[in-house]
Amino acid sequence: MTPDGLPVSLEDRVALRIAGDRSVRRVVMLFFGSALFWLLLGSVFGLVTSLKFQWPDLWSDTAWLTFGRIRPAHLNTMAYGWSSLAGLGAAVWLVARLTGTRLLHERLALASVLLWNTAVGAGTIAILAGQSSGMEWLEFPRWAGVILAIAGAPVGLSLLAMVRRRTLPHMYVSLWYLVGAIFWFPMLYIMANAPVWSGVDQAAMNWWYGHNVLGFWFTSLSLGTIYYLMPKIIGRPIYSYQLSLLGFWGLAFFYSLVGIHHLIGGPLPDWVVSVSIVASVLMVIPVVAVGYNHHMTTFRHFGALRWSPTLRFIVFGAVSYTLVSLQGSLEALRFFNRVVHFTHYTVAHAHFGLYGFVAMVLFGAVYYIVPRVAEREWPYPRLIFAHFWLSVIGFGLYFIGLSIGGWKQGIAMLDASRPFLESVTVTLPYLASRSVAAVILTVAHLIFIGHFTLVALRCGPARTTPAVLRDLPDSVPNS
Amino acid sequence: MKRFVMLVAGVLAAWMSGWIALTILPRQQLATVQAPAGLAPYTPAQLAGRRVYVADGCLYCHSQQPRTADFGPDGLRGWGRASVPGDYFYDDPHLLGTSRTGPDLLNIGVRQPSEDWHLIHLYQPRALVPGSIMPAFRFLFEVKDRAAPGDRVVPVPPQWVPPGKVVTARPEALALVAYLRGLNRSYQASGEMGGHHGQ
Repeated sequence: MTPDGLPVSLEDRVALRIAGDRSVRRVVMLFFGSALFWLLLGSVFGLVTSLKFQWPDLWSDTAWLTFGRIRPAHLNTMAYGWSSLAGLGAAVWLVARLTGTRLLHERLALASVLLWNTAVGAGTIAILAGQSSGMEWLEFPRWAGVILAIAGAPVGLSLLAMVRRRTLPHMYVSLWYLVGAIFWFPMLYIMANAPVWSGVDQAAMNWWYGHNVLGFWFTSLSLGTIYYLMPKIIGRPIYSYQLSLLGFWGLAFFYSLVGIHHLIGGPLPDWVVSVSIVASVLMVIPVVAVGYNHHMTTFRHFGALRWSPTLRFIVFGAVSYTLVSLQGSLEALRFFNRVVHFTHYTVAHAHFGLYGFVAMVLFGAVYYIVPRVAEREWPYPRLIFAHFWLSVIGFGLYFIGLSIGGWKQGIAMLDASRPFLESVTVTLPYLASRSVAAVILTVAHLIFIGHFTLVALRCGPARTTPAVLRDLPDSVPNS
Repeated sequence: MKRFVMLVAGVLAAWMSGWIALTILPRQQLATVQAPAGLAPYTPAQLAGRRVYVADGCLYCHSQQPRTADFGPDGLRGWGRASVPGDYFYDDPHLLGTSRTGPDLLNIGVRQPSEDWHLIHLYQPRALVPGSIMPAFRFLFEVKDRAAPGDRVVPVPPQWVPPGKVVTARPEALALVAYLRGLNRSYQASGEMGGHHGQ
């Protein structure tokens, strides 16, 4: 035992960290690289989807370019391509760091890279070819779903083996979320694809899955990442261990019950809907616990936002998590749901979660992790600066415009004295602003992807100092 | 936390509780639902049309779940009575939908019984509904110099057809319209399920 109670000395831990970072290089770069490919494709699909609202006759001679195929192609490439693969890449690196081990069973992890990309590619082509299953978030036809269901298992086994052989006895809060995600995703996905559902109970299953995959997969991967990077960059421990516990177990037991708030007013037994509404409100407890914990960790240390690109993205994501979750609880209440259900407001909310929170956290993670595993700094900090602000402006325009448009749509739809078409007409300016936002976001992603490519190919100037947005103050450790 | 086993046990318990409460228990309760007497199984043509509906993503803009008056004026808009679980007895995949960029369609066959209307509307929605932002589904049709024997010619208003051409429906368009025209849940609901939906 060393003086600080750990079985490994500080020098050895630093050596372990360097060895761990190196050991995951190939796997992490492949996860990130393929995630960025799907980000590019998903951005194009998203842009085309949005433009269809302005030009509904656009490319209408071509089946695979019709709105109803491009839209699910956008969702699935962004969710299972970009977000999942980037999240898995971050998870591999985090587990190596948090367990103080090297990557175990690299071949298993590489098999997951291959299988996961195969599943997303096959599933997306199937959707475009007209083979969608017809259930939101589960559009991949079953034959492609089978590949996705098993794709995470090899890397999951590799990560669990590392957790079991950890050199640090304590499991840090990030590991709880990551271990949870490793178990939760395949169980959810396999159960949802089981051929035993039809009619109304299939709708219940659909939204049990559709909301749990957000909480138990994307949110868990992202919160695990925030919990590591935020205190790491600031150089302070997380504010409260107890709040971490409350946040994690609160999410685990409340989030699992919220899904049926997507079917409020629908033809289901009332009690199921009520359970989900109550659970949605109870989610305020873990959300406030996590938000307070994060906020108190960064409190009085916001100066680091001036120089750290990662912290900017991570703090933006953490604040979004709090706000989008509280908004979600509000949307589950019947008086509010009555207006916004079935409108673009919900689409704006979904992007607040998956972009403002998840994507921003993953951007930050990629900026932090890549230089450490590739041992090469980002050559142009200005590109990171441009990516951040284009993402913030594009997302802001998207969210604000579509929220207003969706609200107006809902009000118009509830008013029987106004013809239905008015609920369409009132949204048109906001659907147009959404297309502008989609262009801005696509440019942001192109900058990001180009920058990553430079690092991966070792092009551009080789920096010997960190790629920060301003000069580092002397007090900042460089780890 | 130090105990890996405890962590995994909690993770599994959380998953199980939601799975049982939100999917297994409703499934048990709904297992007794019978097909209403007024609801016929889909015909093969309607089923083929339903597959077109799914493939081309109609569900992303159209719900199939009219709601009670306290949730919205669905009934006043002519979308039909609030639906009950039995209305979906033959539905796989379910098509309840989450968006109303367009109107609810569970009773579209009652509102629009005309095959011509549906075919023209799919070929060019703006020919019948000025201001509509529904995509045109021209890939479900052929534009020809003259119709062959057996072709279903679609009477599209002339300003929407290239001069000297006729529009004919492909089998997918005819199947989709068969499905849409069959969407009819206007029989009396015998719903004992779902509280306020039972009226």
